Amino acid sequence: MELLNAIVAMSNYVLIPAIAYGSQLALGALGVTLVYGILRFSNFAHGDTMAFGAMVTILITWWFQSMGLSLGPLPTALLALPFGIVITALMMLATDRVVYRFYRRVKAKPIIFVMVSIGLMFILNGVVRFIVGPGEQFFADGERFIISARDFKDWTGLEEGLAFRTSQGITIVTAVIVVAALFWFLNRTRTGKSMRAFSDNEDLALLSGINPERVVMYTWLIVAALATIAGVLYGLDKTFKPFTYFQLLLPIFASAIVGGLGNPLGAIAGGFVIAFSEVTVTYAWKKVLGYLLPESLEPSGLVQLMSTDYKFAVSFAILVVVLLFKPTGLFKGKSV
Amino acid sequence: MKKLLLATAATALMGSAATAEEIKLGVLLGFTGPLDSLAPAIAAGAEFAMAEVNDSGKMMDGITFAPVRGDSTCIDAGAATASAERLITADGVKGIVGAMCSGATGAVLQNVAMPNGMVLISPSATSPALSTVEDNGLFFRTAPSDARQGEVMANMLKERGYSNVAVTYTNNDYGKGLADSFAAAWEAQGGTVTINAAHEDGKADYSAEVGALASAGGDLLVVAGYVDQGGSGIIQAALDSGAFDTFQLPDGMISSTLEEKFGTDIDGSFGQTPGSSAAEKFAEVVGDAFDATSTYADNGYDAAALIMLAMQAAGSTDPQVYKDKIMDVANAPGEQIFPGELGKALEILASGGEVDLVGASAVELIGQGESAGSYREIEMQDGKLVTIGYR
Repeated sequence: MELLNAIVAMSNYVLIPAIAYGSQLALGALGVTLVYGILRFSNFAHGDTMAFGAMVTILITWWFQSMGLSLGPLPTALLALPFGIVITALMMLATDRVVYRFYRRVKAKPIIFVMVSIGLMFILNGVVRFIVGPGEQFFADGERFIISARDFKDWTGLEEGLAFRTSQGITIVTAVIVVAALFWFLNRTRTGKSMRAFSDNEDLALLSGINPERVVMYTWLIVAALATIAGVLYGLDKTFKPFTYFQLLLPIFASAIVGGLGNPLGAIAGGFVIAFSEVTVTYAWKKVLGYLLPESLEPSGLVQLMSTDYKFAVSFAILVVVLLFKPTGLFKGKSV
Repeated sequence: MKKLLLATAATALMGSAATAEEIKLGVLLGFTGPLDSLAPAIAAGAEFAMAEVNDSGKMMDGITFAPVRGDSTCIDAGAATASAERLITADGVKGIVGAMCSGATGAVLQNVAMPNGMVLISPSATSPALSTVEDNGLFFRTAPSDARQGEVMANMLKERGYSNVAVTYTNNDYGKGLADSFAAAWEAQGGTVTINAAHEDGKADYSAEVGALASAGGDLLVVAGYVDQGGSGIIQAALDSGAFDTFQLPDGMISSTLEEKFGTDIDGSFGQTPGSSAAEKFAEVVGDAFDATSTYADNGYDAAALIMLAMQAAGSTDPQVYKDKIMDVANAPGEQIFPGELGKALEILASGGEVDLVGASAVELIGQGESAGSYREIEMQDGKLVTIGYR
């Protein structure tokens, strides 16, 4: 019984939140890593692209909700998601046409691209706040829980409750589907292969007749889809607020770099490494240990390694350690 | 600026119309700065009291009052000091309603009010530090100290039979001050605080914070935060993870947003917000003149009323003389004076009687001269915030 309670408490506060958060980070990091691998710069506008995609999806969700459209127990946002992706993709192609293409043509250094993306980040951030406002927006509907803490307690008779939110379930399932589709695309399709070839060696790829503009276009389309999905899932699971996406940039970059920039597999692994470290380091283990240890050893303090305020510091610390000792990341990526 | 011009123009008109002596009172509030949305209603409250006295014509020697506005800002103590200096030296005010925020109020008191011997009554400064500040008997406030709310919360929890509670507060002076004063009052009553943890506002996700709170345990969670900020996020995360289902909600959390967001999910949670049974009467008297329910508007009315009643009681407009009468007109014994009855109060005082100003905020001055505070006790019932009493 004690052991079961400990497992349930840990799942409730550590495992489930960390897996859901890790999936969101992984999707975000995949977008960053693709841009880095193929277009060869760190895209600082990625966080705000996520915010933009989520915002478009929210607006469409509201429209659907006002028309009475719904998916029953699932959030309406899933229905609006494809439309959000399309509009975000158009936005990305437009920015590429207006902004990035010029710098590609003049063969600008990667650092200039980074600066350009920072400028774009501020513009997108402003646009999003201008359109939906800086405050919190609500768009989640449908069933809130797959398993609610109270029901779980009633079923099992355990002291600890276990909550599993619909949004967490959707996040995990969607992440698995998206990642599988992405890998299939990159490894099995002609376009995917040409993208990987372009990433591995640009000159050779050009020599073998790959059209660079096409590769760039597909990259932006995929990145737009990934960013919108990640942004919407994060907004569904937590709350949508334009500024929080800007703050997400740090853990997302940390995930991508820890996994190895440019390596999609690494981005996923990095996402989970960062999520699990953030959650386990800032979790107060008193309850779990209280169940596991004999009474005489029960901790009186909180057994919290770090206050939750230092969540982002954990990402930073991991980032620094990885850059110092293994600059190419856990999986072989490009060194930064 | 336009408003200011209008106000000064109106003042000038009033001045020319008055035949007897006209006394100026300063209204020194944070018209600019982070709380600028509250200032106009507070000023309107103070000016409403002056207009009421002028209309009654019962002030001694037919004196009338004219407000002079000054900007105390909220964070710039230097600007507040300069404004107060101007009110006294250039405008020749005989009393000041202000300043607004605790920091500015402390600066004005030390640098201007005390050297000039000017009475200063703040409608909105709530810092506990002002309770013990040296003031030569010149400083009063019609707002309660934050420490008072902590005591009220502790009493409430005690009466409901709680013993172990967890506390989370928004990481600023308000949250920290409230959480600390509550913890002190609660522990003095024999209660236990299992954890007293801060949370940052504006985050998307509070499950980590709630994880720590849940680990520490407790029968109830005290959320000393803001309903439009992290406070709601904490409650949501606590409900989702099943960590807590009953909450103690201080003033920053009491808002109809709670009903919209959580509805019946937090039935049985309870809290308090400044308010008194006198507030309804005040709203009735004010009518459409301004928003009487705006925070501290009632305190603004009471602050101005105290100055004028004390002048009448002392038979003098000299701050050094009437300052000693402020506590007398604010507290029992005497005839209770509700909003809209200032004329009656002036009459009683003129005939040598005593009054006890209840005013718009049930003002009762304690200690060095600060409001004991009156709180509306609120409980969440069937998804609605219901007032269940006053304390």
